[in-house]
Amino acid sequence: MQRVEMSPRDIAIKKPYLDWGLSVCEYDRFRTKLGRLPNYTEIGLASGMWSEHCAYKYSKPVLRQFWSKNERVLMGPGEGAGVIDIGEGKAVVFKAESHNHPSAVEPYEGAATGVGGIIRDIFSIGAEPVAMLDSLAFGELTEPHTRHLLDQIVAGIGGYGNSIGIPTIGGETNFDPSYARNPLVNAMCVGVMDKDLIQKGRASGVGNAIIYVGAKTGRDGINGASFASGDFSDAEQADRAAVQVGDPFMEKLLMDACLEVTRKHRDALVGIQDMGAAGLISSSAEMADKAGFGMELNLDLVPQREPGMIPFEIMLSESQERMLLCVRAGSEDEILKLFKRYELDAVVIGHVSDGHQFRLTHKGKLVCDVPVSLLTSDAPVYHQHGERPARLAAPQADFVPEIADVKQTWLALINQPTVASKQSLYRRYDAQVKTNTVQLPGGDAGVIRVRGTKLALAACTDSNGRYLYLDPKRGGAMVVAEAARNVVATGAKPIGITDCLNYGDPTKPENFYELEESAQGITAACKALNTPVISGNVSLYNETNGKAIYPTPMVGMVGLIQDLQHVTTIALKNPGDLLYLVGKTGPDFNGSELQKLLTGDIGGHLFDFDLDAEVATQKAVLRAIRTGLVSAAHDLSVGGFAAAISEMVLAGDFGASVEWSQIPAELFAETQGRFLLSVPTAKQGDFAALLGGNAELIGTVSATADLSVKLRGGVDCQFSRAELRKAYEEGIPCRMS
Amino acid sequence: MRAAVLSFPGSNCDRDLLWALDTMSGIDSELVPASAEHLDNYDLVCVPGGFSYGDYLRSGAIARFSPVMSSLREHADRGGLVLGICNGFQILCEAGLLPGALQWNRNLNFICEPEPLRVVNTDSAFSNVYSQDQEIVLPIAHGEGNYYAAPDTLAKIEANGQVIFRYVDNPNGSLNDIAGLTNAAGNVLGMMPHPERAVEQLLGGTDGLGVFASLKAQCEEATTNAAR
Repeated sequence: MQRVEMSPRDIAIKKPYLDWGLSVCEYDRFRTKLGRLPNYTEIGLASGMWSEHCAYKYSKPVLRQFWSKNERVLMGPGEGAGVIDIGEGKAVVFKAESHNHPSAVEPYEGAATGVGGIIRDIFSIGAEPVAMLDSLAFGELTEPHTRHLLDQIVAGIGGYGNSIGIPTIGGETNFDPSYARNPLVNAMCVGVMDKDLIQKGRASGVGNAIIYVGAKTGRDGINGASFASGDFSDAEQADRAAVQVGDPFMEKLLMDACLEVTRKHRDALVGIQDMGAAGLISSSAEMADKAGFGMELNLDLVPQREPGMIPFEIMLSESQERMLLCVRAGSEDEILKLFKRYELDAVVIGHVSDGHQFRLTHKGKLVCDVPVSLLTSDAPVYHQHGERPARLAAPQADFVPEIADVKQTWLALINQPTVASKQSLYRRYDAQVKTNTVQLPGGDAGVIRVRGTKLALAACTDSNGRYLYLDPKRGGAMVVAEAARNVVATGAKPIGITDCLNYGDPTKPENFYELEESAQGITAACKALNTPVISGNVSLYNETNGKAIYPTPMVGMVGLIQDLQHVTTIALKNPGDLLYLVGKTGPDFNGSELQKLLTGDIGGHLFDFDLDAEVATQKAVLRAIRTGLVSAAHDLSVGGFAAAISEMVLAGDFGASVEWSQIPAELFAETQGRFLLSVPTAKQGDFAALLGGNAELIGTVSATADLSVKLRGGVDCQFSRAELRKAYEEGIPCRMS
Repeated sequence: MRAAVLSFPGSNCDRDLLWALDTMSGIDSELVPASAEHLDNYDLVCVPGGFSYGDYLRSGAIARFSPVMSSLREHADRGGLVLGICNGFQILCEAGLLPGALQWNRNLNFICEPEPLRVVNTDSAFSNVYSQDQEIVLPIAHGEGNYYAAPDTLAKIEANGQVIFRYVDNPNGSLNDIAGLTNAAGNVLGMMPHPERAVEQLLGGTDGLGVFASLKAQCEEATTNAAR
């Protein structure tokens, strides 16, 4: 596709910017602030920079509410990724990013480049990426298209992560018709660094060089940020040209080279940033803006993959595997030589200038001359009005499950794709490269050791759109709490989160209400758990034909394990160990997997959530684990007790014998704030003293491999390991073929 | 004993292997870039896992043309020990230092999981500390690990006792369950499973240490014999 540049006058009349996601009002705002008619390049840059993806123009008022500072936070939102102090001179760096739109259109490359993009964010801070996680949501596997998306998205994540050599240590995959046309692909990367080596994306110092390094710029993903800031419809063919193609080999070289620069050439380096959404324009303008300087770039010097590219294309291309550096004048050769050793294209394309103008030249002509701030901080911010969706005002009646056959329901529930084993998916990811992975996928959270220390990090991703659909605020708090529960179960203290906010079109008041309310819920839980939001992104416009997905914030939680000896897994380990259920169970079924299984849908008033009790329980359980009183731990979440005990049995070699004194349906209740722990008999006294009445002894680990559940009234439910395994492990594979 | 771990652009298990050799097995080792032109001072040269040159075209197809490969061939011809793991195995096959080829896994997907293996030949330089038919567990992580050789080649491999490791539950479709084998001379081994990922209990097991201990024992014996 050859773009033709219109004159400023024609732009004003023909309004091509409408197709790029800019409104007439926004055009007028830009023109007025500029004081003249903008040319084709200038208004094109505005369309990328003022997209939701770059400017957060609709979500900013919401994001400002997030709590993002505490005693450990070294760097919060605003840079490539957030940074938290973990002691011993080390820091953890992490961020998650959504790649929903590209993955819906081109699942393999969409997912792969999502992984590539988030990895660049981590090493741009100077951290070595050490782990990947993901959070995926799909429609039902009964649809062939969903199976295709799942297969290709998993292939894309693996294709990139495996090749670049960063282990994928955890994640989640959920299924609900809500995501049938808008799959969610959120990728999270965790890095570790010496805390005194933090880098920032800043371009300061008049005359300092701007160096472009990495892949050549092509016509792929042009204005992808705007593409990701619109909805899908059947009437419009999805725009394949807006999806990028990944090259993990190139990124491996780029990563190794950039880490060498940030570690060994600190005197030469002023700032570094990756070229992500809105490519060269966002990285260069943001670097200049944050430093308060101007910038001049000569676009003829930008390495280009194809001839005839115009400035609009060069600046807005989202070609992958590119970084932008600001290097002290006089040190250019030192840096260029380093990149040459890695066989990477690296070129000085401009310099930092005095004043505050962003100037671009192309073929000897000045093609852009606008104040930097006009592209960045002067972007519009909209204070939307939220309106409570009607469904929340009048929820349907409480779901009261009738369980005719407990055993059959149990097996059907753990066979549901959302609950069932994800092994057939995660076995396609290299989980062990770098040889740091202490807990592989399949536990509550992935755990990696921090080399050179006795510390370890636990990380997980969590979301539950169903809870938020029924109550955005409470559901938002629950998602954070569940993520924290997951890392606590591995022996980690939760220390911070990143998030991807996946919602529908924010200009619709009902969608905005969901966004705003859930942010409040997330914030309340973050404060209670002392887990600040240090990074994240938003993905709005997840709708097709006017129907939005469930409001689905994804929480990526990181926890700190003080001593590798505290690492705890879900597998039952010793026959005779006592099984304790921590936290009270209630008749909490609205929004549950059980409701979905038995009725095909979810609805009703979301059950109660006691945040204070949740925090107290988590603290007590963590203390019990750290004191060495616990031999296995698992959090209770989707699928309730039934799912949790099944997983604990299947993860090890032993069975369990439990007595369930509550009503049978509550085996599947999703009451929050609960853990299932195994405790050696010798520790029973200490454990009971620590947990008190909050823990109920419900059974023992048995030497046989099977599971026996005694229900009220003397009914026995016996599960052989083979039937549990079949139901749990075949949930996804049997629906894929 | 001195060991080199070759590092191709795109290798990603090179540091893991260095750690397993040096820190965990006490073998004096260093990384050597694929641009190196000499491999004169090493008893053992390791070709690590990863995606050399992105493994575009075909696994190992580009790496075999690296500058270091001619020195590697000389080293092997002199009788020097060569250990190729995963992508290293693929490179050695592409370079003709080992017979056969590695095709896409039977299910066409990448597979990462702990895999039980049987040590079927303990006479080799790479397996002499294991016991005959010992079952060990090593992680695999590959997309193209499905070993193939023409029928007459395969017959020779078996007749010579070149197969060292076999899968207990063949995960990828490899002929004769072959997980690792040597050249006819016995000084070059290629294996798809990753022994360097199984050297610490913390990370799930130590069954891989035997490969490095075997090499160390082999080299020490050679040194002792030379001294006599």
